[in-house]
Amino acid sequence: MISTALDLVLVALLVAAALAAVGARGLFAGVVFFVAYGVFVAIAWLRLDAIDVALAEAAIGAGLTGVLLLGAVGHLTRAGAGAPPRRPAIPLALACAGISVMLGWAFLSLPDAPGLQVPVAAALPGSGSTNPVTSVLLNFRAFDTLLESIVLLAVLVGVWALAPDAAWGGRPGLVQRVRPDGVLAGFGRLLPPLGLLVGVYLVWAGTKQPGGAFQGGTVLAAVWLLAAMAGVTRAPRVTSLVLRIALVAGPVLFLAVGMAGALGGSFLGLRPDWAAALVLTIEVGLTLSIASALALLVLGPPERAA
Amino acid sequence: MTTLLLSLPVALPLLAALLAVAAARQAAGLAMATGFLVLGLSVWLAFEVAALGPITIALGGWEAPLGIVLRADGLGAGFLVVSAMVMAVVLVAAQPSFEDQGQESRAGFAFWPLALLLFAGLNTAFLSRDLFNLFVALELLTLSAIALVAIGGKADAVTAALRYMVFALLGSVLFLLGAALAYAAHATLDIGLLSQVEPGWPMAAALALMTMGLAIKTALFPFHAWLPPAHAGAPAPASAMLSALVPKASFVILLRLWFDLAPELASPLLLAVLGGLGAVAVIHGSLLAIGQDRLKLIIAYSTVAQLGYLFLVFPLAGGAGAAQPWSAGAWTAASFHAFAHMLAKASMFLAAGLFLRAVGHDRLEGLRGLARAMPIACFAFGLSAISLMGLPLSGGFTAKYLLLTSAFASGQWGWGLVLVAGGLLAAIYLFRPLNLMFSKEGAAASLTPVPRWEQVLPLLLALAAVLLGLFSAGPFAFLQIGRPGAAAEGLLP
Amino acid sequence: MIPSATLFGLAGAALVGIGLYGFLAHAHLLRRLLSFNVLGSGVFLMFGAAAWRSPILGADAVPHALIITGIVVKLAGSALAIALLVQLARATRRAALPEDEGRPP
Repeated sequence: MISTALDLVLVALLVAAALAAVGARGLFAGVVFFVAYGVFVAIAWLRLDAIDVALAEAAIGAGLTGVLLLGAVGHLTRAGAGAPPRRPAIPLALACAGISVMLGWAFLSLPDAPGLQVPVAAALPGSGSTNPVTSVLLNFRAFDTLLESIVLLAVLVGVWALAPDAAWGGRPGLVQRVRPDGVLAGFGRLLPPLGLLVGVYLVWAGTKQPGGAFQGGTVLAAVWLLAAMAGVTRAPRVTSLVLRIALVAGPVLFLAVGMAGALGGSFLGLRPDWAAALVLTIEVGLTLSIASALALLVLGPPERAA
Repeated sequence: MTTLLLSLPVALPLLAALLAVAAARQAAGLAMATGFLVLGLSVWLAFEVAALGPITIALGGWEAPLGIVLRADGLGAGFLVVSAMVMAVVLVAAQPSFEDQGQESRAGFAFWPLALLLFAGLNTAFLSRDLFNLFVALELLTLSAIALVAIGGKADAVTAALRYMVFALLGSVLFLLGAALAYAAHATLDIGLLSQVEPGWPMAAALALMTMGLAIKTALFPFHAWLPPAHAGAPAPASAMLSALVPKASFVILLRLWFDLAPELASPLLLAVLGGLGAVAVIHGSLLAIGQDRLKLIIAYSTVAQLGYLFLVFPLAGGAGAAQPWSAGAWTAASFHAFAHMLAKASMFLAAGLFLRAVGHDRLEGLRGLARAMPIACFAFGLSAISLMGLPLSGGFTAKYLLLTSAFASGQWGWGLVLVAGGLLAAIYLFRPLNLMFSKEGAAASLTPVPRWEQVLPLLLALAAVLLGLFSAGPFAFLQIGRPGAAAEGLLP
Repeated sequence: MIPSATLFGLAGAALVGIGLYGFLAHAHLLRRLLSFNVLGSGVFLMFGAAAWRSPILGADAVPHALIITGIVVKLAGSALAIALLVQLARATRRAALPEDEGRPP
């Protein structure tokens, strides 16, 4: 009873935050509601016993997407760019409400079919991880994960390609100026060691408990961004070889393991006795590349050559 | 060996793309080598498929429903070979524009990894049997394609890329919703396993959602508005990939859904709607192409029309018609049409890129008398035009001929009228540039010279489009390999 | 007592409608993108809730893994879209597609 009440409150908050984010008068307010919405979605995932997804939603869905959207609001405001407001479109709203009702009805009338719990559990020993989500991501459906980590790279290349020609070779993003005794600088020195610890823990824990390369990588990306914003470190130039190697190391490692498997008869196959070591190695490599790609996506293309 | 033959067409472009990021200096060479290597492997794979029938591998050794299965049948291997052909030539053609000239440049860095990732996404889409994996492959393909549209950097190109993005996002979320519904109902994403379940309403709804998503990604009328500015706004080698290759990925998946996954759900009404939208696209796209003043826009609107023909396969070979004798002809015709379009359209965009470089703009009047200065490229454009119009002996002719015979054999002669009208309209919109190019007068005074070897590249593709028509019996039989629900005897050309 | 899966599945359906409305109704591209993210998470929530319908077996790990992949892919799309939008805003001082502002495309 209490849990149902809790769920109902959460659902109400979810819907209200979504409505506020989509319908907010100001752009900035919309983004703030969106971040709150993301936090509610993450809590919903906890209620659905999906801790891995909750971590990913909080870190990526709410956190990073929120930062990207906020950054965009800043850029658009500085550029003085806007669009005419639209009056609420009643027929469209009714049509969308109808779609929601149909989807809700479809959801309720889904036949009661079990998922793949049994095959996953049967294949778990020797898959290299005791966390079933990690086993699915890095072993059973490794191809998806390989492609997905490379999608991030594709997008980063696409974002960099939007730099002005003259700025190529510069450092990504705008140069931040921070007062050395300011609050941000203080945070920038204090938080990174802590965040580093959390990030590394999430990756290491991912093979046994909820966590993994994507969640850990996001935390590490946040650490690096914070340090960069506080002036503790500077983003390397887009032409930096070290940076480029960090970006591709994880997928290259993943692909190399996959090709080695292909020579042994199955592409992306992991030998059961080596699986645990290989999964951890791939996770570490992916974390490095994902963290670099995510942080650089937030920073955006280089804007000047210096 | 089969493991390598099926995985390398995907793994090699991925690896080359990663290396192209790390070693940007060598990117152009790497990309070109990859293009030819994958072409060789695809041809080899096609011979294996011809000898052994469809080849299947389970990735990581995990069979469906737990794992992801790749399968090369006649259709998949055929698309693999032709797209690798196009890709190999286009990558060579891109070298003068994007190769590293001593110092790394923005576009020179970005082009090669994006092109290679597009290649990998495409090949995955042709081979994968897993709905979610297909979703990820389509995302890799589409996001690389959008980035390539914007690579020129001008405001128009960025606007076109954003419009493409808006459509693509909607298309991918619809596809994902459909795939999720299929999994929720049947606990598998594998097309083979899903084809064995008794399809109920969840499957029908899943198919409807995925079809809508894929129709948006294939730019089927009325979802075509994003295509022409995006394809025309990109640099020529990118346009060639975007127009010739990218829409084919979502089209092949559509074929797999309606012919393999659940053909029994294909009601006559649905098939007529898909065919009808295709027919409207043929007429509408052609009419808009006639009204354009810029060569690249004519070619891009022509793509809207040419993609329309592909959808005639649904009423002609789908549903209950799949077991009819004429269906083999219609099935092959759709693939043939796709192949001929891939080759001819890539050739046209490459030629248009050379004209643009020579003249400095792509307005039609600039083409006047160009054939004297650039005979090879103009000849290539002319040959491609013959195939697009469907004139005899070309690949486009064989495709249209097969479509026509199946339209008449099945008594659906209305589709035949669309074919004839579309061919006439294509002749009209292609006549203007051709007439200007080969006109006797007109000064081709201050042209930037274009090396002969660059003009040969579009010619190679155009010749392949024509040869496809001359040697069509072999591919005809090949495309039937692994075709679901095939009739034992087909109408041979 | 209503199972959590049912409630969140229905919430997901509502979020899809809300997101879709925002995506189609707004002209401002950043608002459209924000709405798309709401739409996407609604789809994921429905998918995840469907994975939790048989309490005896526990949650199904496969949809969870697919959703994590989906979240990352959605972020990738959003990041590219935002970069394009910022570029458009700088070049034209507009944040909408021309046809959505009543200008010729």
